[in-house]
Amino acid sequence: MSREEVFSRLNEVFRDVFDDESITVTDATTADDIEDWDSLEHINLLAAVEQEFGMKFNMGQVVSMKNVGEMADIIMSKLG
Amino acid sequence: MKELEYPFDSEYILKKSKKIKKQLLSELKNPVKKKIAVLGGSTTHDIVRILDVFLLNQGIEAQFYESEYARYWQDVMFDSGELIEFAPDLIYIHTSNRNIIAYPAVSDSKESINELLEAEYQRFEVMWKKAADTYKVPVIQNNFEYPFYRLLGNQDAVYEQGRISFINALNAKFYDYAREHDDFYINDINYMAAAYGLDKWSDPFYWHMYKYPMCMQAIPEFAFNLSNIIKAVFGKNKKSLALDLDNTLWGGIVGDDGVENLEIGQETSMGQVYSEFQSYVKTQKDIGVILNVNSKNEYENAVAGLNHPDGILKPDDFLLIKANWEPKSKNMAEIAEEMNILPDSLVFVDDNPAEREIMRTQMTGVSVPEMGSPEQYIRILDHSGFFEVTTLSEDDKKRNEMYKANILRAGMQREFGDYKEYLKSLEMKAQIKPFTPVYMARIAQLTNKSNQFNLTTRRYTQSDIERFAGDSGYITLYGKLEDKFGDNGVVSVVIGRIDEQTGIKDKLCHIELWLMSCRVLKRDMEFAMMDCLVRSCAERGVKTIIGYYYPTSKNGMVKEFYAEQGFEKVSVDGEGNSIWRFEIPYDDTKERGEQGYLKYENKNTVIAVEE
Repeated sequence: MSREEVFSRLNEVFRDVFDDESITVTDATTADDIEDWDSLEHINLLAAVEQEFGMKFNMGQVVSMKNVGEMADIIMSKLG
Repeated sequence: MKELEYPFDSEYILKKSKKIKKQLLSELKNPVKKKIAVLGGSTTHDIVRILDVFLLNQGIEAQFYESEYARYWQDVMFDSGELIEFAPDLIYIHTSNRNIIAYPAVSDSKESINELLEAEYQRFEVMWKKAADTYKVPVIQNNFEYPFYRLLGNQDAVYEQGRISFINALNAKFYDYAREHDDFYINDINYMAAAYGLDKWSDPFYWHMYKYPMCMQAIPEFAFNLSNIIKAVFGKNKKSLALDLDNTLWGGIVGDDGVENLEIGQETSMGQVYSEFQSYVKTQKDIGVILNVNSKNEYENAVAGLNHPDGILKPDDFLLIKANWEPKSKNMAEIAEEMNILPDSLVFVDDNPAEREIMRTQMTGVSVPEMGSPEQYIRILDHSGFFEVTTLSEDDKKRNEMYKANILRAGMQREFGDYKEYLKSLEMKAQIKPFTPVYMARIAQLTNKSNQFNLTTRRYTQSDIERFAGDSGYITLYGKLEDKFGDNGVVSVVIGRIDEQTGIKDKLCHIELWLMSCRVLKRDMEFAMMDCLVRSCAERGVKTIIGYYYPTSKNGMVKEFYAEQGFEKVSVDGEGNSIWRFEIPYDDTKERGEQGYLKYENKNTVIAVEE
């Protein structure tokens, strides 16, 4: 899967979870950029991302993830 | 909404809950509004988010209070001002084995383990008692799920030192308390975790990352199960099953294959599956569920199939057998009408997806579960929680007989030309008295269940009912009706509040609640209630009775009820709320208490009322 494809699918997940069609995520997007993205919604977001890509983050990854770019990197590494 | 009915797609619900909520809010008509306090021993954010949509789907629009993280005990014990101001209608205590403070050590003696157990339990009991005293509302409490590891391996449940043994003992004490206290219900998360798979359920990732005792993906099933208890507590359980026959209660088509070739009984594996399902359906009667048949069949064939020697359900187990070639939605409408219940109290069970789809579109409100294949029928119905039991009442066990007697009465009615004669022939006997302890549970149940014959539709908990009964400022009356076909149990409730503001000779009594079960409609029971109300009022020196009618989507039948009782309409507002007054006739030339002082004549002439 290409990085563009990962991003386009991530974008859909973000739009679903926050119920906001105007969201467009980039490498640098963080929780500060999306109004409803707080620590509680983060849990739901990760669960939806895991489901979308059929993979699981481990605790270390969740703790260290800084922005959507890093999230995409982890996803790409897991998908091999 | 189909997306929220069992079996549902949990991932979809987790992801789309915001959108689902918007849609439900736009479609929902006249939701019941309730305030629910969720007091958590762990994170509750997503639990509340998902519980919210399941409750909306059950017709309950909830407003939530969430305790600060893990402050469940403190919120109750130290009178959180915020919680008191919130004034919950229900308190849910969301704890898990992560909230157990101390487990036994392997070196502990039996005595010290008992002390540990008692200390752990007492911490909860004082909180429940405090909650009951302060808020007087129903409390739902989680039991404890098993831990995800066993130090003593298979003996962890055997020795007191084991955590499994400790949790079993603690849970048993919770159940003892639940059996002995009304308005207290257990949410069985131990069963939920087992059904889901304990290893997946208790994935420690979710505890250490987010402080959830269960995995995220289990939250929808968890919340759905909880929503079933809540809807049952607020009187929104289903009442009746309407079952298809061919390939639902037996394998094969009775009209084509003949009775002798049906798959039912112990001969074949499919026969065994249908037998187990029939047994399951039959036991539903014991918890008060009414069974009906709704099938496309010749009536004779349907009855012949039900008389199969290996069958467990017999024609007698059903209240109504609708077996004909009419659309099933039409049969369903007739079932609702003949039982005097609303379509949303009915569950339709049919193996055929096309029939299910037609029912969904033609009869809004009827629950139509996706049944899957025959070996899944029991799980689907069971986990759907349509008939969630909160308390086992004697009435529940007898309900089938009561509805049967009703149908017999309807048969007799046709033979009498004069309705009064018919009513007299029923040899009705009523008991109309102030609320008494044995009926408190039933009275509270009625205030939550009755929608149609209900003037003000006020919902009360058992604690409210007990409070009215003990308060001399209230007149309380329950009515129990018996006739020659059987006992209908407690069927009518009236609560009047005496207005002490007014003088001794012109006291007012406001009717806060007047309801009657629809199973005794047109039996003159309402007149018998009126007679007793007037006499109780007269004893207390009441001059004027004030009645109120508040319209809802369901209580149109009693719009003019007070007019029939001889009240005079005082006012109606823009929303249709009306106020009525009834002046009790007294002979002013006589003294209070003297014969003939009260000039009221009884309206009921057909029911013998026990003094």
